[in-house]
Amino acid sequence: MYRYDEFDEAFVRERVAQFSDQVARRLAGDLDEEQFKPLRLQNGVYLQLHAYMLRIAVPYGTLSSRQMRKLAFIARNYDKGYGHFTTRQNLQFNWPALKDVPEILGHLADVEMHAIQTSGNCIRNVTADHFAGVAADEVADPRPYAEILRQWSTIHPEFLFLPRKFKIAVTGADADRAAVRFHDIGLQVKRNEAGELGFAVWIGGGMGRTPMVGYQIRDFLPEADLLAYSEAIVRIYNLYGRRDNKYKARLKILIHEGGAETIAAEIEQEFNEIRYGVLRLPDDEIRRIETYFAAPDYPTRASESVPFKRARLADPAFDRWVGNNVSPHRAPGHAIVTVSLKPIGGVPGNATADQMDAVADIAERFSADEIRVSHEQNLVLPHVALEDVKAVYDALAAAGLATGNAGLVTDIIACPGLDYCALATARSIPVAERISERFGNPERQQEIGPLKIKISGCINACGHHHAGHIGILGLDRKGEEFYQITLGGSGDETASIGEIVGRGFSTDEVVDAVQQIVDTYIVHRESSEESFLAAYRRLGPAPFKEALYGTA
Amino acid sequence: MDIITANRLSDGAVVFLTASGWSTRIAEAQALEGKESVAAALARAAADAEASIIVEPYPVDVERRAQGLTPTKLRERIRAQGPTVGHSKDLHLQVQAA
Repeated sequence: MYRYDEFDEAFVRERVAQFSDQVARRLAGDLDEEQFKPLRLQNGVYLQLHAYMLRIAVPYGTLSSRQMRKLAFIARNYDKGYGHFTTRQNLQFNWPALKDVPEILGHLADVEMHAIQTSGNCIRNVTADHFAGVAADEVADPRPYAEILRQWSTIHPEFLFLPRKFKIAVTGADADRAAVRFHDIGLQVKRNEAGELGFAVWIGGGMGRTPMVGYQIRDFLPEADLLAYSEAIVRIYNLYGRRDNKYKARLKILIHEGGAETIAAEIEQEFNEIRYGVLRLPDDEIRRIETYFAAPDYPTRASESVPFKRARLADPAFDRWVGNNVSPHRAPGHAIVTVSLKPIGGVPGNATADQMDAVADIAERFSADEIRVSHEQNLVLPHVALEDVKAVYDALAAAGLATGNAGLVTDIIACPGLDYCALATARSIPVAERISERFGNPERQQEIGPLKIKISGCINACGHHHAGHIGILGLDRKGEEFYQITLGGSGDETASIGEIVGRGFSTDEVVDAVQQIVDTYIVHRESSEESFLAAYRRLGPAPFKEALYGTA
Repeated sequence: MDIITANRLSDGAVVFLTASGWSTRIAEAQALEGKESVAAALARAAADAEASIIVEPYPVDVERRAQGLTPTKLRERIRAQGPTVGHSKDLHLQVQAA
């Protein structure tokens, strides 16, 4: 894992001291709210519906056991005993007192964590494939590049007051688990024909009220040009992005209004001017950063494990959990374990302090001390020996974390919605809970197969509904919550934006509507091998409209 | 009928303007009839915002129902009563009852 150097350590400590002083001045009345608000936002502190909210960065979703234990400690001592993992691989606490935030940030700094640039119109926490470094299908670990981008973008003096927020994601495999095509900059590490490392680059993707799939600006950008090219993109955005209307201020709108080829030409011109300047990445520096992310020394193991196979045969629930929550690892005899934070009928993405401690203990014992946060609001244990998978399962089960539903209909993404968020127009979590209960039967979920339901409680789309196979958007209609359903969205390498299926549904109707959609898919699919998304792409919306509204 | 709500600066708690200050209980909120009394209450709230006691005060439309003063909008009912689901719900009710 990346370890802070002296500069990182000093910088984070200075920032804690600076913000502590700002909080003290605010509480004493020396700063008013107008002066203080941009300062608190730059340090991850929002004022939400009920209370302050602190958003803590988990760079590229990687945590150590020590860091996870510290999050549990904060949950227990400064919040209400739980935290909420988000679609940006971050952690949010919903109830911290402002007067305690400096102390909390001090605790975070003790374990090399912070809340810097988790809000505001700046380059946000860089996200990455949650299977980075261990996925069997990976070209190279994307996290060293994410770390290089983090160092470049942290208090970058030119980019702290952008027209709007700016999000970057990096993946290292063809199978896109990081939704790179829905980011301002999306990067996929790849090799060219000469075997050299570089990136496919997408720009101007995003969700929100104007969803757009990114425009592919480069098929192959050489590794050494990563920062110069990123700087060129953000510089052109900073120069031309609209500041008159916050809803039209993202890069996607600039590209839409200015024309992708015109903007691309501007970026290329800027890049050519700075390409061989200070931002050119020295090879030895990239290789040095890579060493931080080197995999643990896996003991040589057989690719199959007899105890593991026996355990699967002996325990159907374990077998089902393995089928859904265990993914292929690049090292023989090892596995990647997804820890579902989607208990049936529970809040997506929440973990109690005790659960955080349990995951930290399990990771320390069985996963080389490492944990990942996925943008799908689950946790991942990246380095588990096949022989240990059953012990990991048993330990997770004891902590209430062995739900075997990764990638299935109850593995729902949901934003906090109107239960917590000051911007929301409807509740998301209760809808997620009711859908989860409706489809909670394990055999039924298995029969339905891979299906991503994503729920947002307002048009800002934090719940990624545009990229849901079934997307649900909660709105307010004359004081009543109602829910608009979109179908056919996807955040993977076949990225697409869901299409509105028809008129919205009331709170009472929406779960039945989802069931009708699922039932229609089951009736129309060619076989159980044809996923919901594949079937929808083949069939189009007609049979679903027919089922929901009685009209083709 | 209106009441005035805000968040307490130091800890963010949702608070309601009473005859003498601020309370975390909506039942203790001062019910305001007519534009003039709302304006006067907002002026008191603004002074407390200025004094760094509370932040972001605003009026909320309420009705008197069997359970007491109740906001007419769902958002404000959730804000007054706490999340309707999740880990905070029971804790919030305990705090309200305490």
